[in-house]
Amino acid sequence: MATTATTNQPPREQAPPSRASVGGGTRGPSLASRLGSYTGLLLLTVLFVSPLLFMLTTSFKTNFEAAQPTWIPKDPTTENYTFIFNAAQTPVLRWFANSLIAAAAQAALIVLTASMAAYALARMDFPGKRLITALVIATIFIPPIVLLIPNYVIVAELGWLDSLTAVIVPGVGGAFGVFFLRQFFVSLPRELEEAAVLDGASRWQIFYKVILPLSKPALATLALLSFLTNWNDFLWPLYVLFSPERLTIQPGLSTMQSAFTTDYATIMVGGVVASIPVLILFVIAQRFIIEGVSRSGLKG
Amino acid sequence: MTTTDVGGRASPPAAGPGAGSLRRGRGRRGAGGAVAGGGGITPYLFLAPYLILFGVFVLAPSVYVIWISLHDWDFLLPGKPFVGLQNYLNLFRPGTVTSGPFWQSMEATGKFVLFSVPLLVAIPLAVAVMLNQKFPGRNFFRAAFFAPYVLGVAVIGILWAFLLDPNIGLVNYYLDKIGIDTNVPWTTQTPWVWAALVGPTVWWTLGFNTVIYLAGLQDIPKELYEAAKVDGANPWQQFRNVTLPGLRPVLVFIITITILASANVFGQPYLITEGRPGFDTRSAIMYIGQEGLRDFRMGNAAAASFILTLCLIVISVVVFFLFRERKER
Repeated sequence: MATTATTNQPPREQAPPSRASVGGGTRGPSLASRLGSYTGLLLLTVLFVSPLLFMLTTSFKTNFEAAQPTWIPKDPTTENYTFIFNAAQTPVLRWFANSLIAAAAQAALIVLTASMAAYALARMDFPGKRLITALVIATIFIPPIVLLIPNYVIVAELGWLDSLTAVIVPGVGGAFGVFFLRQFFVSLPRELEEAAVLDGASRWQIFYKVILPLSKPALATLALLSFLTNWNDFLWPLYVLFSPERLTIQPGLSTMQSAFTTDYATIMVGGVVASIPVLILFVIAQRFIIEGVSRSGLKG
Repeated sequence: MTTTDVGGRASPPAAGPGAGSLRRGRGRRGAGGAVAGGGGITPYLFLAPYLILFGVFVLAPSVYVIWISLHDWDFLLPGKPFVGLQNYLNLFRPGTVTSGPFWQSMEATGKFVLFSVPLLVAIPLAVAVMLNQKFPGRNFFRAAFFAPYVLGVAVIGILWAFLLDPNIGLVNYYLDKIGIDTNVPWTTQTPWVWAALVGPTVWWTLGFNTVIYLAGLQDIPKELYEAAKVDGANPWQQFRNVTLPGLRPVLVFIITITILASANVFGQPYLITEGRPGFDTRSAIMYIGQEGLRDFRMGNAAAASFILTLCLIVISVVVFFLFRERKER
């Protein structure tokens, strides 16, 4: 990230030599051990990617062929897709849309509320700031499971059971976004803000004209991670949603599993539909996702 | 803080606020960080939307759970009489209807942690060390190993239930091909069920730990390796004496989050083994979900979730101090 580059400026003379020595390669591991690692990594990669490929090809098999270990369908068909998209008990496309709405709405809400809160906590002085910061950070250590039962009761009291609201709103209260953005805001140069204050800008103007534009990479990373987390959430929507047409895709998959027990070609369609968007997102924004994860230690 | 102190140096990437506060200290004069005044209600207005949701869905429920656990709280019945510690006593008293299944689920969770954590600490470390070398395509490998992690547990659950199907699954097909006993009952019988839970979990989350290790490896100064080589250290000695000590904070972090993640296992047994055989692989969270949100004995489920939480907190603290001790030696 850009901030690390600026922090590392003082020992400038040191950086180039060490980088050159890495590129030079002469002192690297021997050719044999390199080839060894390479082969090992290739084998591992095959092991890692093949289950996903098999899921994809199985989804195009007839149900008869799904019981065969063939990698390429002899008689490829899309009938599983058309069947499952139209089944009343398993409206996969509807689940897909529900998940899209829920994940996008939650990501937007998290970015909005967390950026405002993080800005106040990173850059303003006010009574109670330490207490609030401590409380928010302390909750990172609360295992989510302990909130399951009480949150179910609260959501029921609010009348949100069996609605997407229950899937969207409670997660916005999580501490991760605030924590993540606060770190970033603290590292932004203060001079820009001071200049804006001299120009007579209000806090709100500084926030959306100076801070937010400067934070686009961090905001995008948070939005991505939030979207992925919500899209993949299983436990909570499994219990708060009941009607087939209101499910999101992940709990939907579990109902497919019980509805079609060993009709695996059909079930794999659900797996493919649930995976395609996140895998595409991952391919496009790989760097953001991996760096965001390694920077934050987010656990799904 | 001295820069030469390797052990204490590299803070895990996740503990990033260290970097932030460091910068702040080094930066401008003002400690608080406010530009101008910042008084009045403005800060509270910025905080309000988040704090309301935080209060309702994080802070309040973490107290509410205790209240619920002190009542005979059946969600579907109007009366929710106060029972004091009865729910807890029931969970701890042998022979009650609730204590047996609960401790069985805790045992299943413990076994899963015991089987999965060593693999999820060791294998990603090996992969990360391999990936840390400079060679063409290493970003491709990094992405390939990380890819399964972006999938939801529901996807990996249905996928592996298929791959591990005793009759038509790919795993038994290939085992048969290389001459190993066919029809291994992966999803229905011990000890196979444990492999059916741990294997897919390693496949699914290995990339996550690898990425954290890689970030940690990049923080180890290259000069230390140079020095070790000058002293004639072979690759294994370099790993023992430079890599491992340099990774210590990252290791503590990885071990802690992996234990916590494994102790929170739910989707894999729910979808792959369905708790079988009997309730042998029903995890604590599966029990809490079933008890509280399917059978609506919420008082008991709340007490169970509170006990599970206390266990998790104790484990984190123990891991933390265990590794702190070692650092001082």
